[in-house]
Amino acid sequence: MVQPDLQTVRLSNGKEITVHTHLFINNEFVPGHGPLIETINPATEEVICSVHSADEQDVNAAVNAAATCFKDTWRKVAPAEKARLINKLADLMERDRDELAILDALDNGKAFTVARDVDITDSIACYRYFAGWADKIHGKTIDTTFDKMCYTRHEALGVVGAVIPWNYPTMMAAWKFAPALAAGNCIVMKTSEITPLPAYKFAALVKEAGFPAGVVNIITGYGHTTGNYLSGHPLVSKMAFTGSTATGRKVMESSSTSNLKKLQLELGGKSAQIVCADADLDQAAEWACGGIFNNHGQSCNAGSRILVHESVHDQFLELFIKHTKAMIKIGDPFEEDTFQGPQISKAQFDKILNYIEIGKKEGAVVSYGGKRWGNKGYYIEPTVFTNCHNQMRIMREEIFGPVVAIAKFKTIEEAIDIANDSDYGLAGSVYTTNLDTAITVTNEIKTGTMWVNCFDVFDQSTPFGGYKQSGFGKELGKYSLQEYTQVKVVKILRSSKI
Amino acid sequence: MTVNFATEFTTSKGDKLSFNTGLFINNEFVEGAGTIDVINPTNGEKICAVQAAEEAQVNAAVDAADKAYREVWSKTSARERARLMHKLADLIDANVDEIAKIETLDNGKGIAFSKGYDIPEVSKTLRYFAGFADKLHGKVIETEGKLSYTRHEPIGVCGAIIPWNFPLMMAGWKLGPALCTGNVVVLKTSELTPLSALKLAELVKEAGFPPGVVNIITGYGHIAGEKLARHPKVGKVAFTGSTAVGRLVMKAAAETNLKKVTLELGGKSPNIIFDDADIDQAVAWAHKGVFFNHGQCCCAGTRIFVQEGIYDKFLERFKEYTSKTKVGDPFEQETFQGPQISQVQFDRIMGYIQAGKDEGATCFMGGNRLGNSGYFIEPTVFTDVKGSMKIMQEEIFGPVVAVSKFKDEADVIEKAHDTTYGLAAAVFTQNITRAVTVANKLEAGTVWVNCYNELDYNTPFGGFKQSGIGRENGEYALDNYLQIKAVKINVEL
Repeated sequence: MVQPDLQTVRLSNGKEITVHTHLFINNEFVPGHGPLIETINPATEEVICSVHSADEQDVNAAVNAAATCFKDTWRKVAPAEKARLINKLADLMERDRDELAILDALDNGKAFTVARDVDITDSIACYRYFAGWADKIHGKTIDTTFDKMCYTRHEALGVVGAVIPWNYPTMMAAWKFAPALAAGNCIVMKTSEITPLPAYKFAALVKEAGFPAGVVNIITGYGHTTGNYLSGHPLVSKMAFTGSTATGRKVMESSSTSNLKKLQLELGGKSAQIVCADADLDQAAEWACGGIFNNHGQSCNAGSRILVHESVHDQFLELFIKHTKAMIKIGDPFEEDTFQGPQISKAQFDKILNYIEIGKKEGAVVSYGGKRWGNKGYYIEPTVFTNCHNQMRIMREEIFGPVVAIAKFKTIEEAIDIANDSDYGLAGSVYTTNLDTAITVTNEIKTGTMWVNCFDVFDQSTPFGGYKQSGFGKELGKYSLQEYTQVKVVKILRSSKI
Repeated sequence: MTVNFATEFTTSKGDKLSFNTGLFINNEFVEGAGTIDVINPTNGEKICAVQAAEEAQVNAAVDAADKAYREVWSKTSARERARLMHKLADLIDANVDEIAKIETLDNGKGIAFSKGYDIPEVSKTLRYFAGFADKLHGKVIETEGKLSYTRHEPIGVCGAIIPWNFPLMMAGWKLGPALCTGNVVVLKTSELTPLSALKLAELVKEAGFPPGVVNIITGYGHIAGEKLARHPKVGKVAFTGSTAVGRLVMKAAAETNLKKVTLELGGKSPNIIFDDADIDQAVAWAHKGVFFNHGQCCCAGTRIFVQEGIYDKFLERFKEYTSKTKVGDPFEQETFQGPQISQVQFDRIMGYIQAGKDEGATCFMGGNRLGNSGYFIEPTVFTDVKGSMKIMQEEIFGPVVAVSKFKDEADVIEKAHDTTYGLAAAVFTQNITRAVTVANKLEAGTVWVNCYNELDYNTPFGGFKQSGIGRENGEYALDNYLQIKAVKINVEL
């Protein structure tokens, strides 16, 4: 059954908007052949609309479109022209910022103001940042023996596959598209079937900006079908995946059995925030609060373990709860003062509530929250567990919700050991006024990002990515360009004869 | 105890070689779970038996490495790391004669090559990377209201699984970047060629490396290699070998701790000769390109494409040049080509030669075994080939080349790309426009112009497509052994 591409959708504030629901392949919206998937509004638990999904032939069509475009067109486009197109796209996103924010808020449940001021704003900044790199991707000349002229080229890979999650729909797309395009690749991106709508608005802007057909292709579908076809496709030279560690393994396995495509994985985390006795406690509490409760706890880098020096534990806890009460206003995403919207889905909602039960059974104490909020929509109260130790499941397993586990420590060495006692290694923070403590802790913790006296502070120019089982490869910054290029060395013999 | 596994062997030339056959763990030679016989490919006879690692020994090696990293190596200054690497390079140079003979004995490559190329490359590689040890720079990145910087940190325990074709050189390519960046290593050699690395192990201890920093174990790929690829304490594995096993390594990482993986796999590299090439040069380089190391090179130029206009002339001169190839006892100084590495490889190559004939290609020259003992095969040339034939698609890893014609640039690029591999390529032409445009178009990690098999320790080496992931040698190799941490310090409240 084919539904028309454009569907009208009603927001909770009474407004109506139009959304695309077809696959975006070769600059056209096409229905595709996969099943229709319903996308749910997590604030109301009601169906927003259905979208078409991609089956194997659609994945093939998208990959073929990208491959043809790369071969015939995109690789011949001058880098400065690529930069101009990416900047034009950023301009159009700026123009339609509100509409993009509405779609993020509607499909994901995050507050509209947050979507507009953080997600969309940072996405636009990401495109502009990487546009600037397009004509600055340098190889090297390397002196070897006197009779040779050797140089390297950092070439585009060709067709890049990307699979992104539902927690920051527009921003996760930007983190993949921007460096991939700047490095000269064509892309097939599979969005999460839970949040398919925002990327299709973006797709319309891609076409309006003037990108040649086939440079950007956006499809949606289930991970185990659509995502799987993409991971295993022989014409895809690289997969960039953000999502759960469990699925990350499958993507890597898929590469090993198909064409050994290059990989980049951004997976889960259980990041520790360390509060030292000499920290500015009020500041620490405020940052730590955002560190776990931003985006309803649905961040791979969420600071979901807080380790507090025993001498300041009670004082810190009081300040933390104070900030939680002040900061976290739960409500409808379209209300102006909402900080925290609903969790993304029933499945996640159930999972988080189950972890709260597990925490209680393990002997942790609910010092704040711990229950559902309201009786419609997947809302959960910000929840604080105390009396935790690092062997508890709520200290080891990723909950992906507004639940934080607080434990005490006696010495800095102990805090470092606890922080490192995790299979994950995505981010972390330390709150201290002492220089030596800051340097020691940031050096010793095995994670990809360490924040000092802050949390969740992102810039387009600094790299982001995990140690250990939080993944490999970097997003953002110059470092990410390496993920989207391959190195060729050319060695010319000048004069010496064999 | 060391004395239990120290061994001596006298070569056919009367050279006395000494080496240790134990597993080198924590600076000691220890017992394995069993033994593996090491065969001399020149005559098929047993040289000795070496200790073999299974799960318990791999665990012991990884534990030793992990302890050494945490307690010693992570606190060792860059300058000291560099000093030790230089010392090791010096010891290799001082012992080049004996080590080269051990390499020739075990692998069968000509003594001129092991002494003149393989072993010296190891010390050059170590010295090159030693120089990087104190030059591993992070960046300071301008952001608002913060001091943001990156640290390029070692990973910790790195596993390395190396092949038999350049036994000690492959060890050097892994140890160089791994050690200079502050990592510790568990190196599993090929069970076919364990001896030169075991000699290196003695020098590692003599150089003064702390115990556990470098561990060298012999073992089967499907036993010791697999355990290493699956080990939870190993943060990264570097594998050089066949594409088939490369897949298993990646799968093993996916199923366990998602360790970082770099792969150097197979190739079926095209050697493209345009009609304006210097023909005699092209012939000589093409010969080296495929017959060097008895064809046992991942980057061998095993498909030669000659432009129509000079095809006949090239073939005639190539036949003449190739017919002079000195195949024989690798301990003779003038030997160019020794035996293939093993009975299994010998059978495999002969199988491909038969397949070439069965599929209708012409065996233009060679095609037979040489002699009655050892695994010697004549340099073999096929003509009248089609792109779909096995001998044009599959990696033979022996002294067998397929020569075919092409019309023009568009034609040959299409033919050159008719492969799942992308390791190397070459183009012979005097025309600069053609040289540069063809080099740019070729899907290969290394493109040679007017030469072949010119490797340097400071230019990157690695594959496009299914020839692998990551680059070895040069500054690029450092990325494989470092992980990036961003530190962001709030300076405005």
